[in-house]
Amino acid sequence: MAFQILLNVFIAVIWMLINSSVSATSFIVGYIIGLLLIVLFRRFFKQRLYIGRLWSATKLFLIFLKELTLSNISVLMVVLKPDLENIQPMIFALPTELEHDWEITLLSSLITLTPGTVVLYVSDDQSTLYIHAIDVDDVDEAIHSIKNTFEKAILEVSRS
Amino acid sequence: MTVIANTLIVITISVGVLFTLVTMIGILRLPDVYTRAHAASKSTTFGVLSILLGVFFHYWLKEGLFSIQLLLAIVFLFITSPIGGHLMGRAAYISGVEKSPLTVGDELEEVVEEAKRKARPRPEID
Repeated sequence: MAFQILLNVFIAVIWMLINSSVSATSFIVGYIIGLLLIVLFRRFFKQRLYIGRLWSATKLFLIFLKELTLSNISVLMVVLKPDLENIQPMIFALPTELEHDWEITLLSSLITLTPGTVVLYVSDDQSTLYIHAIDVDDVDEAIHSIKNTFEKAILEVSRS
Repeated sequence: MTVIANTLIVITISVGVLFTLVTMIGILRLPDVYTRAHAASKSTTFGVLSILLGVFFHYWLKEGLFSIQLLLAIVFLFITSPIGGHLMGRAAYISGVEKSPLTVGDELEEVVEEAKRKARPRPEID
């Protein structure tokens, strides 16, 4: 991925030199031309195109913003409930398929930032996250929704 | 245009103040340290984020100053605050802070007991 971006910048610089005009405009034009060339020559790269990975990262960010807003509102409802005797906190285990360190860090940061869940402990073999949930009606449903939104999106970003 | 700008600024800042207030009420009302960590570490993030966003819009749309520092502050807040929440919860759990009696289930207890047992040095036999 880094190699493709470097190659793209290199093509843009070459385009600036060919036109002998060193300006932001010609850099952008050269970058777009380089992007087209990289898309055309995609079968020579071992990894997938970096533009696709960028797109899935954007999608992950949008999912995150949506979840953040929705679940902040749900915590607001919990806090402002007249009787707090009815909440059911629980610590549950979430098995994860992610392998790299940065993926697990990202997943636990996202889980912690969406209210309703805080990651308390990552098991030593990094295969399970222990999560404290503030009000759990159905643990399976919570696990299912985390797996379906965040883990799927992170897997899509890191897929080579 | 001015109306739209004003509305945007007012809405973002009021949402931020509202969520910060709710955080405060949550810290006062919730029963134990773990549930308080929920309120403290996240609704604040969202509240402060909204306030910063409102300030950013104010300087950008009304004063014509595009402040990168405010955007950087938002990004740094997003990176650091979940780590803080996680570390506080983890430290509380490992040092054995009581859970509230409302807690319905705990799958972590055995794991932490096991880890503590392994970490404890064997008593010397003489």
